[in-house]
Amino acid sequence: MNIIVCIKQVPDTAEIRINPETNTLMREGVPSIINPFDLHAIEAAIQVREQMGGKVTVLTMGPPQAETSLREAVSMGADEAVLLSDKAFAGSDTWATSYTLAQAIKKLGADIVFCGKQAIDGDTAQVGPETAEFLGIPHISYIRKIEDVKDNYIRVERLMDEGYDIVESSLPVLLTVVRELNQPRMPSLKGKMAAKKAEIKKMGMSDIGADEDSLGLRGSPTQVKNIFAPEVKAERKMIKGTTEEQVVTLIKELKGMKCI
Amino acid sequence: MDYFLDEEQMMIKDLARQIAEEKVMPIRAELDEREEFPWDIMNILAQSDFLGIYIPEAYGGMGRGGFEFSLAVEELSRACLGVSTTYAANALGTYPILLYGSEEQKKKYLPDIASGRKLVAFALTEANAGSDAAGVQTTARLEGNEYVLNGTKQWITNGGEASIYTVIAITDKSKGARGASAFVVEKDTPGFSFGKKENKLGIRASSTRELIFENCRIPKENIIGKPGMGFIVAMKTLDSSRTGVGAQGVGVAQGAFDAAAAYALERQQFGQPIFSIQAVQHLLADMATQIEAARALVYAVAKFIDSKAKDVSKESAMAKLFATDVAMKVTVDAVQVMGGAGYMREYPVEKMMRDAKILQIYEGTNQIQRNVIGQALIKETAKKK
Repeated sequence: MNIIVCIKQVPDTAEIRINPETNTLMREGVPSIINPFDLHAIEAAIQVREQMGGKVTVLTMGPPQAETSLREAVSMGADEAVLLSDKAFAGSDTWATSYTLAQAIKKLGADIVFCGKQAIDGDTAQVGPETAEFLGIPHISYIRKIEDVKDNYIRVERLMDEGYDIVESSLPVLLTVVRELNQPRMPSLKGKMAAKKAEIKKMGMSDIGADEDSLGLRGSPTQVKNIFAPEVKAERKMIKGTTEEQVVTLIKELKGMKCI
Repeated sequence: MDYFLDEEQMMIKDLARQIAEEKVMPIRAELDEREEFPWDIMNILAQSDFLGIYIPEAYGGMGRGGFEFSLAVEELSRACLGVSTTYAANALGTYPILLYGSEEQKKKYLPDIASGRKLVAFALTEANAGSDAAGVQTTARLEGNEYVLNGTKQWITNGGEASIYTVIAITDKSKGARGASAFVVEKDTPGFSFGKKENKLGIRASSTRELIFENCRIPKENIIGKPGMGFIVAMKTLDSSRTGVGAQGVGVAQGAFDAAAAYALERQQFGQPIFSIQAVQHLLADMATQIEAARALVYAVAKFIDSKAKDVSKESAMAKLFATDVAMKVTVDAVQVMGGAGYMREYPVEKMMRDAKILQIYEGTNQIQRNVIGQALIKETAKKK
């Protein structure tokens, strides 16, 4: 079984600050990590391989330094790693990113594609489902449990606001995963040694047969007009008096606001 | 200080530290409080290849030595001595097979040990046999193709949790110490059961239990080495494992120092961080110096043993003795530096102080270590005459 995991190298949000003037992330000097949701995707892929056999390939689009994240994935147990890197990819929004990833996945071939549900820097949760659309395959998002996998069949639990759905699909399929799915493993010593020696396959625009106009900034329909923090406009009212008076006033107020 | 570790050694040290910080530190207080065996952590260590560091590659290990093993022990001990005791006792139980096991025994047991599928325990101590190892009363009687074991082992680390036990028992009473032999006994062998689990001052996450043998029959081929070699097996095992205990001392001392130093920089008294007050600063300076000296000795001895030097008893005793005495002193001083806060369970150093005490006691008390060193010195001096 061929399994591909799409991962993203992101700035460690625990360390990040936001530029108060531009409202953009200040990435300078901030350590890069694998997007935390993607770690769960890697773990899921390794578990499926352990059960079904086959190969796990990690795939990322990013600058050359994203190679460190790919090596980290190999140290956890991924078999192969592919870096999509090309000047033509720069400035991609989720649409262009999904197109690029889909082109690469078509070249590599996959029975199951795993993605984290979203990246912690952009938080859009669009790239997984959009990639499936470009590939023309079904996707199931927010999966919290893999109940069954066979050669041409998968049954999973999809996390919903209230409860969960049980979803069945044929393969190939794209799955986006939530944290509840599993506990990502630590790297192993043998994995770390393999990661040091691992050959990172590099693919650019021509390798994936992409249409230049669909790539990077040019291929990105998203236009950011302005970034701002929403204003908090909560009204405040202090209730005074003894505890009993306060309780009476509070109930009256809440009733007036139709809260109770 | 830079000890010029090679790339693989750095990898072992770094990954051990990562596991210690991310997986052990957050739950160490709870494991201690509840006396809970750290299965989750042992499984992580197994999956990350830590259980086979010192086992040859031919048997599924990493093919490195006691030095690399000590690096891992040190980092785990910096977080929790209960966890590192469980981890190190596994190696203690494995050494008899590694050093004296037959090719069949190695093939049968080492791959499962290296992968962590099976945990191991070493069983020497009894009610009347501790420092005086010759007091062993557990017997193994040869009957046809089987040995029949009878007796009770006490205070056995990993007891009840391990699947494989290396056990010292008497095969010939008339020969005293030369009448002991070493055996492999697997869990679930009829006649082999576990007694009470001990409630301890420290290393409470580790399991310490009695092993009870009542007409426990094991195949004849489970003997390690030859009949009568039991004490040699035990002594060489301890020679190899003592640097691991030394590394535990270095690790727990470093953990206590790190906590105390961080606190001393934060804590303000008399309008300044207490780190700036000379009385405290000198305590910390002494602690750091002792730790570095202990580390240098443990590393040097571990490398000396890995060089396959013939007689390492004196040096391994020195490493264990010095590093564990340092551990006791440094952890006590760490509590002192932190004052009232250090005494509280909210901070990790009181646990480290409780944990450290066992290091001066197990795998040969520090008084026994001095005996070993002393006897070696007499021999050396007599030779020079």
